Order: sequence, then structure tokens, then C-alpha cells
Amino acid sequence: MMAEASSPGLTLQVRQRAPIPLEAQLECAPGELVALVGPSGSGKTTLLRTIAGLLRPAEGRVSCNGQLWLDTEKKVDWPPFRRSVGYVFQSYALFPHLSALDNVKAALGHLPAAQRDARAAQLLARLHLAGLEAHRPAQLSGGQQQRVAVARALARDPAVLLLDEPFSAVDQVTRGKLQRELARLRVSLNIPVLMVTHDLDEARMLADRIVILHHGNTLQAGTPEEVLTRPRSVNVARLVQLTNLFEGVLQAPPEAGGRHRLAWLDYSLEVDDPGGFVPGDKVCWVIPPQHVILHQRVRPSRGERENPVAGVVRECTPLGETTSVTLLVNDDRRYPLELSVPSHVARRNHLAAGERIGVSLLAGGIHLMPWEPLGGPTGE
Amino acid sequence: MDWAALGLSLKLAAWTLAILMPLGVVVGRWLAWRRFAAKPLLEAALALPLVLPPTVLGYYLLVALGGATPLGQAYERLTGHPAVFTFDGLLIASVLFNLPFAIQPMQRAFEAIPREVRLAAYCCGMTPLQAFGRIEFPLAWPGILSAAVLTFAHTLGEFGVVLMVGGAIPGETKTIAIAIYDRVQAFDSAGAGVMSLALLALSMGAITVSYFATRRIGHDG
Repeated sequence: MMAEASSPGLTLQVRQRAPIPLEAQLECAPGELVALVGPSGSGKTTLLRTIAGLLRPAEGRVSCNGQLWLDTEKKVDWPPFRRSVGYVFQSYALFPHLSALDNVKAALGHLPAAQRDARAAQLLARLHLAGLEAHRPAQLSGGQQQRVAVARALARDPAVLLLDEPFSAVDQVTRGKLQRELARLRVSLNIPVLMVTHDLDEARMLADRIVILHHGNTLQAGTPEEVLTRPRSVNVARLVQLTNLFEGVLQAPPEAGGRHRLAWLDYSLEVDDPGGFVPGDKVCWVIPPQHVILHQRVRPSRGERENPVAGVVRECTPLGETTSVTLLVNDDRRYPLELSVPSHVARRNHLAAGERIGVSLLAGGIHLMPWEPLGGPTGE
Repeated sequence: MDWAALGLSLKLAAWTLAILMPLGVVVGRWLAWRRFAAKPLLEAALALPLVLPPTVLGYYLLVALGGATPLGQAYERLTGHPAVFTFDGLLIASVLFNLPFAIQPMQRAFEAIPREVRLAAYCCGMTPLQAFGRIEFPLAWPGILSAAVLTFAHTLGEFGVVLMVGGAIPGETKTIAIAIYDRVQAFDSAGAGVMSLALLALSMGAITVSYFATRRIGHDG
């Protein structure tokens, strides 16, 4: 569906074969933060640059708050300086010969000259950079440079804010701090914010919606919860790093009004949502590790009746508070199932490689997708 | 001291700069950021004066601009005087043999500006002209200055091409480098010495200014 040019916020559709194949569309409402997620080379930056007018796709349309910025059909193509865009580059791209203040002032061309100093200082203060106005970029830390870049991007009073991997060039402590700052800052911005990242955790934490991009195609858009637990395809499941990926056949509920069943190996698993498939359909399915529940080995409970599955532990790796467990279902190397348990639970249950355990696959966590060949074990 | 020759050399250098600096900025910037199949060929052609013997370049210019060729004839029809053995011919030759000295430092300087920095200027709302004036030019300035100094000094010192294209007509095409040679031929060692010293001082001064200027910019940046 082509979105209307008059709709508020940002809409984009692009299509081209070369130099980079693109088949993408996305929308971002005012006040919304959308994360564009995908592996390197998936076209994330290309989309941002298309919005900013730095690249022109073979076919495409970009509109923002009813203004048509690009329409290859109607031969509309606004140059970047006319599009009201705030752009934070991955390398920040600060002007090395200008002070922090002058970097921000460089984007204040729309204000009378007499007001620029005060406005630039105000923006720097808003990003906790008061006192650093006269510093050149080379004299600032990575985190400070990032803040100058954000201040400069906001200086234009942009209609849309574009962030290209804004946290990738700083250390982890600074990253956490800057992420919290962005989360606070965006609350006060009533414009569409588009953030490119390859970090799923970052996207989950900061974004209202996630758009998955692969080879230039927007594969799925939705809330982080939706995209990360209910991928539309095997491809998306792999891109969001869901590894519990298997094939099965949907079966009719044993009694009228009951739950559908999923035939997998010698199991018949209950499924909450058949997801539009009908009994007899061959499907691929996925279950996020958090929906795989360990059966207590010392204290059996009633929860064990929900989709019980057994196997031998192949790997048990403590990662601080949680322990990552890989279970070979039915002791078969072709069916590795990942779950994570609190490390104290792992200790109490004496989890170790070679131990036999039982788990429950929560019916609500099983998500069905169109069948496609999975191509060998997926647990690696 | 042949003041007329020195004056002519300075005039030639000034005119060469006036033509080559804008041209060098445009061509250097274009070469820095564009990729096309024939780029190495074009770059090689522009660098040719670095390796070509000056007399060879001078010979071809003499032939190309001489009254026997359509080019030379067209020039004479347009301006009313021939190109060779005049100041005009000298200037054309000077611009050509200085091409690499002007373009290469500028091309390197523009290449050194990160692409994202250039794009950021547009995203700050600057028009291409504003982006050039406020971001690209100040960042490329050390390279542009070196280009100017190299071109200036090289014009003062060029001998072979100037002699071939211009002859050595006093007040018209006899530059200081040729005047020095003349003085030596006439066994006027003192005269040659004074002029050589003047040329040495001028060249040294120009190079020094450029080093100080680029160092100051480097420290500020």
C-alpha cells in the first residue's frame, strides 16, 4: 500500500536493482522511534541517506509531514539542504576545524545571525556540554563528540531525526549512558526518529517499532516484542537470532474448541495460535528461549504437563546471572534446543553436559511460519 | 640585475596563479570525489609535465601553437598576434606545465576530507556553495596554499619550456631564469649571481611561508 503524502510523520518507499538492490518501505510517526535493524550491507544507511536526499534511488518516494521530498515518478527531488533532516552520522562527521559551538551554529543558518550563539549554547547545554563550547572535536571524548553531533542534528529544528549507528563508536559504559540520554531526549521530541543499528538489544530497549532489513528488503515491521518473538519468516527468525527453529506439521485440535497441535518428532505439541495455517500444513516453527521452561529435577510440578520434551544437555554455559543451556531433544544432534535459566537454578538442579533433563515448551511461545527448508542443524 | 626579466617572471607567475588556482580547485575537487573508468588516464595526462623533459613539452607547444597549425592560426585571428614568441604563448605554456603542481596538492587535500563530513554540511542545511565556502575550502586550505606556492616557485624557475615557446625577447618573453642563462653566456658572473640569489630568496621565502601557514593550521585543527 502506498501511504498518502499528507499523512503526518515520515513515509518512504524505494525500489531499485542497482547499484544496491532495494525493495523497502517504512513509516515513522511523529514522536515514534523506529529502529532499522539488519546485518552489515543490508541497506540501512542507504535508506537513511535516501531520506536525507544524499542518495537517489532509481524509484522511490519520500514524504514528511505532507511534504513530498522525493517522488521519482513526478520528478520531485529536493536537495538535502531543503529537507528538514537532522542526521547523526556513524562517525559523527563533526567539522574538525570548528569548535563545538561553531559545529552547532553551522546548522543554524535558518536563524538570524544574532540569535545563533545563544541557541547553539542552549543546545549544547541541553546535551550536557556546557563549558565545552570552545573545544574542537579532536579535544572531545567519543561520548562528547556524539553529543555535539546530536546537538548539531537538532539545531535545524528538523522534521525528522536520523541516527546512523549512534552508539557504535563508544565504549560500553559510555554507550549505556548515551542510550539512556537518548531515551530521555526523545520523549521531548515530537518528530519521527529513525535509528539504524545492528544491535538487537539496543533496538529492543529504545525503539517503539523495529523494521528488519535484509539485502535491501524490509522484511517485517512491528513492535520489538512482535518482531523478536513472532518473526514472519525463517529468514527474519534467523536475523533476530532465534535459534530454536524446527519443522513440523499442524494438526487439528483433538476435541472441538481445543488447542491445535503441532506434530514434531514423536511429540504432539499444543499450540495457542495456529497463525492462519490449517491442519495438514507443513510449517516451520520457532520458540524463543524464554518460553522454554526447565523441569525442576528435585521438585516436580504440575507445569510439566505443558508440551514436555526430554533430552540430554549438550552444553551448559554460565554467563553471569544466567546460564545458557543447549539441550539435544531425544538425544538427537539435529534438534538442539536452547534455553536460559538463572544460574542458581542451574546449580541447584546440577545441570551439566551429559545430564538428561525435561523441559516444557510453552504453548503460547510456539510461533508458526510458512515452511521452507531449514538446511541442516540450526543450533550452531 | 635584469629588473625587466624579474618583473616579467613575477607577472607570468601571477597570471598563472590567477588561471590555475580556480581551475585547480575545480578539477582537483572533482578528481578527488569522482570515480570513472578513464580517471587513471586523465590523472596520468595531468601528471605528464612532471616527467616530460621541458624541451619536449616546449617543442610540442611550439608546433601546436605555431602559425602553421589551425590552432595557431585561429589564435592569431582572434587576438591579432601569434601565440608563440609572445607573453600569451608563455602563459599558455606556463599553465600547462604547472598543471600537476596545482592540481595534485589540491586533489590530495580534498581527498582527505571524509565523505561523511561533506554530507554533514548538506544535512546542516548548507547549499553546495555554502558547504564549499565554510567546510570544504577551509579544510582543503593547506593543500590549496601548497599548490599556489609550488606553482609560483615553479613558474619563476622554469627554463626549457619558456625558452622554446617564448624565445628570449627582452620585456616580452625573457624571464629571469633565461636572463640568468644569458648573463652566464656573456661571462657576467656577478649579474648571474645576483639574479640567482634573488630567485633563491624568493623560492625559499615562498616555501617557508607555506610551511609556516600549514603548520599553524595543523596546530589549530
